[in-house]
Amino acid sequence: MARYDSLLDACGGTPLVGLPRLSPTVPAGAPPVRLWAKLEDRNPTGSIKDRAALFMVRAAEEAGRLRPGDTILEPTSGNTGISLAMVAKLRGYRLVCVMPENVSTERVQLLRMYGAEIIFSPAAGGSNQAVATAKQIAADHPDWVMLYQYGNEANARAHYETTGPELLHDLPTITHFVAGLGTTGTLMGTGRYLREKVEGIQIVAAEPRYGELVYGLRNIDEGYVPELYDATVLSRRFSVGTRDAVLRTRQLVEVEGIFAGFSTGAILHAALAVAHEAARAGRRADVAFVVADGGWKYLSTGAYGGTLADAEEALEGQLWA
Amino acid sequence: MAIEVRIPTILRSYTGGAKVVEGTGDTLGDLLTDLDSRHSGLRARLVTDAGALHRFVNVYVNDEDVRFLGALDAKLNDGDSVTILPAVAGGAFGFAAAAAIAQHKLAAVATVADGEAGRRVSAAR
Ligand SMILES: Cc1ncc(COP(=O)(O)O)c(C=O)c1O
Repeated sequence: MARYDSLLDACGGTPLVGLPRLSPTVPAGAPPVRLWAKLEDRNPTGSIKDRAALFMVRAAEEAGRLRPGDTILEPTSGNTGISLAMVAKLRGYRLVCVMPENVSTERVQLLRMYGAEIIFSPAAGGSNQAVATAKQIAADHPDWVMLYQYGNEANARAHYETTGPELLHDLPTITHFVAGLGTTGTLMGTGRYLREKVEGIQIVAAEPRYGELVYGLRNIDEGYVPELYDATVLSRRFSVGTRDAVLRTRQLVEVEGIFAGFSTGAILHAALAVAHEAARAGRRADVAFVVADGGWKYLSTGAYGGTLADAEEALEGQLWA
Repeated sequence: MAIEVRIPTILRSYTGGAKVVEGTGDTLGDLLTDLDSRHSGLRARLVTDAGALHRFVNVYVNDEDVRFLGALDAKLNDGDSVTILPAVAGGAFGFAAAAAIAQHKLAAVATVADGEAGRRVSAAR
């Protein structure tokens, strides 16, 4: 238990909890393989993005880019927007979010509740289109400040200065860190910090594999890699299909009582893959992974239904390597 | 036995519209050369003149990114599954979009040169 001067000061410092029931069982006498979940849903607005939002706003303030009353513009489908909306409210800014028109209703409601204004971009272009629309709007409003999470070093630095040190403090024996790959801020920041401090640590990325429409570019040269991304920070990178992500998300709440969003299911799928590999090889492993947010915002997708038995059957043989 | 290769929409013009094709090879490089013998031009879309994987192409062997497995030298085995995808802005962003697109059963295909916008944003920073 702790006391904080304001909600912003309560950002980070999230619990790391062991998952004894999901961790692979190893033969008696073999080195232990343990899974640990970092509960980022315990941040002020319920996701890991509070860390990045707070750092990006602070950095802009310190650089003199943001002054009280200014307008922040950001392309985001939800978590970053919700986090920025809270930070903006408490620090006296107006927030305008650009997001695909088809994001879940919970997200839109949450954002409006926190006081954000929303501009919708066409659904078909997905996140790339939201970035493009935000860019057009920024050109029309040169006085608005776009923090641009995909290329903002303070996004990654939030994790270098907070998430990484917290993990090392709570789990000095960490061997693997597994997180989702979106803006790449979490993996770049935490990954760099842990690589500096822990010999031989494995930094593992889980990226969601989307439906075909999301990849509907006209040609390969229209592809997009976030400016923050540096492949040398990673040891491995997994692409996780939606079905695997959904099934792991359900397994996590069913077996360990953690109700998480679907990106966490993708992350858990990768974490289990490396944990089982270590167990088979007879190697000790402490695998820490990120629970990026809770499941509340995704209930309207209906993807939490059905029995675990169905999920397990469908999962058979799905583990990597 | 062969290696199954999943082709993204934008490259299906090289495979006569096929989503999945088969090929052989001990490495990813060999596989792409083998595929190119039947799907002429495909390899040149994936590999640069300098002989590296194109920056905006991601290739996965059994769901793992080949850039961490030796790239074009990544070893392949019969029965492996190879997936080729263009690089797109990701994160929960994409997740939300994918879920919502499934829900709304949108038939429309992206029409805007989104990657171009991404590069402009980075240039403007
Ligand atoms: C739920 C969720 N998971 C994973 C990610 C990916 O994190 P990052 O942007 O730091 O790569 C995000 C970020 O948008 C997210 O909102």
